[in-house]
Amino acid sequence: MNGSRIPILKVGRVLIVPIQVDMDDQTVMHLQERILSELERTGARGVLIDISMLETVDSFIGRVLSDIAAMARIMDARTVVVGMQPAVAITLVELGLELRGVDTVLNVDEGIKLLRDEFGIRDADDGLEHRELSMFDGEQVNRT
Amino acid sequence: MESKSIALENEHDIAVARNEVRVLAVGLGFRLVDQTRLTTVASELARNVIKYARRGRMIAQPTRNPAGRNGLRLIFEDSGPGIPDIGAAMRDGFTTGGGLGKGLPGSKRLVDEFEIESAPGHGTRVTVARWA
Ligand SMILES: Nc1ncnc2c1ncn2[C@@H]1O[C@H](COP(=O)(O)OP(=O)(O)OP(=O)(O)O)[C@@H](O)[C@H]1O
Ligand SMILES: [Mg+2]
Repeated sequence: MNGSRIPILKVGRVLIVPIQVDMDDQTVMHLQERILSELERTGARGVLIDISMLETVDSFIGRVLSDIAAMARIMDARTVVVGMQPAVAITLVELGLELRGVDTVLNVDEGIKLLRDEFGIRDADDGLEHRELSMFDGEQVNRT
Repeated sequence: MESKSIALENEHDIAVARNEVRVLAVGLGFRLVDQTRLTTVASELARNVIKYARRGRMIAQPTRNPAGRNGLRLIFEDSGPGIPDIGAAMRDGFTTGGGLGKGLPGSKRLVDEFEIESAPGHGTRVTVARWA
């Protein structure tokens, strides 16, 4: 699995990153780089990382998620992680991991709402009606 | 079920180990949250092998206790530099690798049995087990 095959979708001023599979460490690092360069390229103000398909989150991925949030913050963007499976959440707590600087919510709609209402990204939900379509288009749709 | 040995030689093998443990845990009838605990432990301990000892292996042993309960024992062993102060390494937040220092103490919390042996200069063996 290559990191470049995880799509990064731009919807309004938000990058949506649906992680579909277990990723090895290199894939995770590559994805982090791509998110940051897409933030820079598009000037997006929010990053929404969907981990609902992820069956394992260990300290490595946990740290990368915190790093993404911290770096995005420097680029004036907020990061929301959505859809953590309950078994993953329980395991993270026992492991003693806090996803520092990362807001977690239940689903994509709540994530968009959080970005819009709490973080004031006003057009966070522009173009949301195209979301489903974009997901199946593979990577880097909605280039602006 | 027979025990299985997985070579840990590069970062991709961490994902292989995770996957192997998940499949075994499902087959042994572990509930979802226990599958996740075991898979996460495998990820942490396999990464320690790669990160600190460069290579080693994971042995996965399906077992059954006298009461007939299924269990899974995982052994991570390497011939790396070893751990000079195990007490320190088991403390939350202790790291020599710029990590979070959660791998060893966190793994201990996620299993029913945890044992660590290490001889500086000779290597490290971590053995964990959980019952379904
Ligand atoms: N197999 C090993 N060989 C040699 N030293 C090890 C090994 N495993 C762990 N250690 C030592 O024990 C320390 C604590 O390990 P632990 O996994 O708890 O934290 P970490 O790897 O530093 O960070 P994290 O796992 O949270 O990313 C390590 O920093 C390292 O010094
Ligand atoms: Mg570790």
